[in-house]
Amino acid sequence: MTVTTEMRVTAPEQAVAPAALEVEGVSVTFPTKSREIDAVRDVSFGIAAGKTLVLLGESGSGKSVTSRAIMRLYGRSARITGAVQLAGRSLFDLDERAMRKLRGAEIAMVPQDPTAALDPLRRVGAQIVEVLRTHDIEKSRSGAKARALDLLASVGIPDPARVLRSYPHELSGGMRQRAMIAVAIACEPSVLVADEPTTALDVTVQAQVLELFAELQERMGMAMLMVTHDVGVARDIADDVAVMYAGRIVEFGTANDVLGSPRHPYTMGLLGAVPSHTVARGALLAIPGRPPAAGEPLPAGCAFSPRCPHAVSECRDEVPALLQVATDRASACPVVNGGWDRWDHGDEGAARQAAT
Amino acid sequence: MTKELLVAEHLSKRFPNGVLAVDDVSVTIREGETVGIVGESGCGKSTTAKLLMRLLEPDAGTVFFDGFDFLSLGRTLLRRARGTIQLVPQNPQTSLNPRLRIGASIAFNLRAHGWARKDIGPRVESMLDRVGIDPAYATRYPHQLSGGQLQRVAIARALATDPKLVVCDEAVSALDKSVQAQVLNLLTDLQRDSGVAYLFISHDLAVVEHFSDRVVVMYLGRVVEEASASELWRRPVHPYSEALLSSVPGRVDDRIVLSGDLPSPANPPSGCVFRTRCPIAIASCADVRPSLDRVDDDHVAACPVRVDATDPSADFAVAGVSASSTSTNPGGIDRVQ
Repeated sequence: MTVTTEMRVTAPEQAVAPAALEVEGVSVTFPTKSREIDAVRDVSFGIAAGKTLVLLGESGSGKSVTSRAIMRLYGRSARITGAVQLAGRSLFDLDERAMRKLRGAEIAMVPQDPTAALDPLRRVGAQIVEVLRTHDIEKSRSGAKARALDLLASVGIPDPARVLRSYPHELSGGMRQRAMIAVAIACEPSVLVADEPTTALDVTVQAQVLELFAELQERMGMAMLMVTHDVGVARDIADDVAVMYAGRIVEFGTANDVLGSPRHPYTMGLLGAVPSHTVARGALLAIPGRPPAAGEPLPAGCAFSPRCPHAVSECRDEVPALLQVATDRASACPVVNGGWDRWDHGDEGAARQAAT
Repeated sequence: MTKELLVAEHLSKRFPNGVLAVDDVSVTIREGETVGIVGESGCGKSTTAKLLMRLLEPDAGTVFFDGFDFLSLGRTLLRRARGTIQLVPQNPQTSLNPRLRIGASIAFNLRAHGWARKDIGPRVESMLDRVGIDPAYATRYPHQLSGGQLQRVAIARALATDPKLVVCDEAVSALDKSVQAQVLNLLTDLQRDSGVAYLFISHDLAVVEHFSDRVVVMYLGRVVEEASASELWRRPVHPYSEALLSSVPGRVDDRIVLSGDLPSPANPPSGCVFRTRCPIAIASCADVRPSLDRVDDDHVAACPVRVDATDPSADFAVAGVSASSTSTNPGGIDRVQ
């Protein structure tokens, strides 16, 4: 029994209800002329219907790549291994035509920058109607238009008729993101993937949009995968949190556990770096150094070890496995979880021992 | 109380497109203190900073820096004065000349402000060392450094001329959180050593809250509240400040979610510019432009509805406002759970 298998059973009720989205050992490699770039390594998680998993990490951590790989948005530019199960179907085994049918209908995406994602030359209404008709939700143009109006109203747009006729540039950032969310939920997908959906918005508008996500999820019961660099956003919206660093998940657990009592030095550092009035000025717990940039060669062993205050010599020799360290919790740090000798050295027995 | 370093009063700036970006804004910065300006995009915080530095000429208002009339300075004197007001801009990738080695970028600033040739080399070296960059990096180009390192270089460049005031315009916003913390700690250390004052502009409330002594809250070109950081966070008086603070993600359980969007700055609402989104607005808010009134020592807010409710003895309360109130709850905001 490997720990990644155990990790998928994250909560008792999820053990009964099968996950809406299951990601198993996904790795993403971008072949370039000079060398191969490992952007994501062996990422596994599951999200149950009605639950939200947040991928938390800094730039270059592989969180966005993971979310895009799941939706197979890279085509041939990336080599992707592993498996993704969406309601019993294996996404990586589908041909492109079947995948295109699923995308938007079963698994939909809300992008970071709605300005870039909406076609600037077409009215917002036409873009929603297109989604509805492509996926055979509404066959007739008039029916689709009526449904688009409903959708815009359901994402809290006060005058949907005007927005329907508007071009993207005529809307504010918040309204554009609401329109994008309307497009994403048009086919009532079972999984919604949102990549930094509020990062480009002002804080008061961000609060509105986060509230909208929670409300839609309650109403529609979809599973959500949200990518963010913002610990506060994760705290607000996540049921489970997977912290990513240099392409790997380094800690996994419920939001309360991970953000309340982290069990990986990187998570600890990330939380300590969040400024607030309760921390004396000049006394933020800054992590020394910087995260490896996307595509940069990684340090040997644990990629965080050069920045880690807890690192020991073994950390530089071997990449520590992500192991279960408590109920519903996994960490990839042997040092703060009982020491290297209890960790998995390729021996499954040791893994189980660490899990207890 | 320490000496006032910069006193700007009644600054206004209208852009050629008709947008009144800054509308009667006054800011005071004392020696060695950090004043934060917070607000959302389009609130005029960056324009205010540019007016203070005379990177833009204000349409109206006065700026006194270190006792002299900053706005009346001619080109030569202005250039000299700029050595004492420096800027750390948001994006170090674009603010450092990509074709100059970073040491040369810092040296350029020193030369521009009249440093003797023989002093420049050692100064560049000591500044790089001071911000935690190996002085050997002086010969590197910006593209060879990471974002965090470049921001350190930009800070070294700004502080090299021994300025009295450094304007940090979203100086840490583009950095990853773990690196942002390093840079904030560095700015704090440098202030402790040199006694420089900061004007710290950011949309990130958590950062401003952590970093500032006093905070100015702006909305649609106007100052709506000003107080010490601790006072503002303990007791925000203006409903916009209150909503803004409660919007910081991950912080509060009783969030105030404002309805609607920012109105267009080209066509702001009459009276109080916030009234269209304000949960406690009353009829008279459309008529009277609220003045910044005293809430407490070193705490002012531009909300007659609130300031009235906070301090019944205040003499500015518009007679009849409470009586004619259409709000059922004039003093408090109904919070969403």
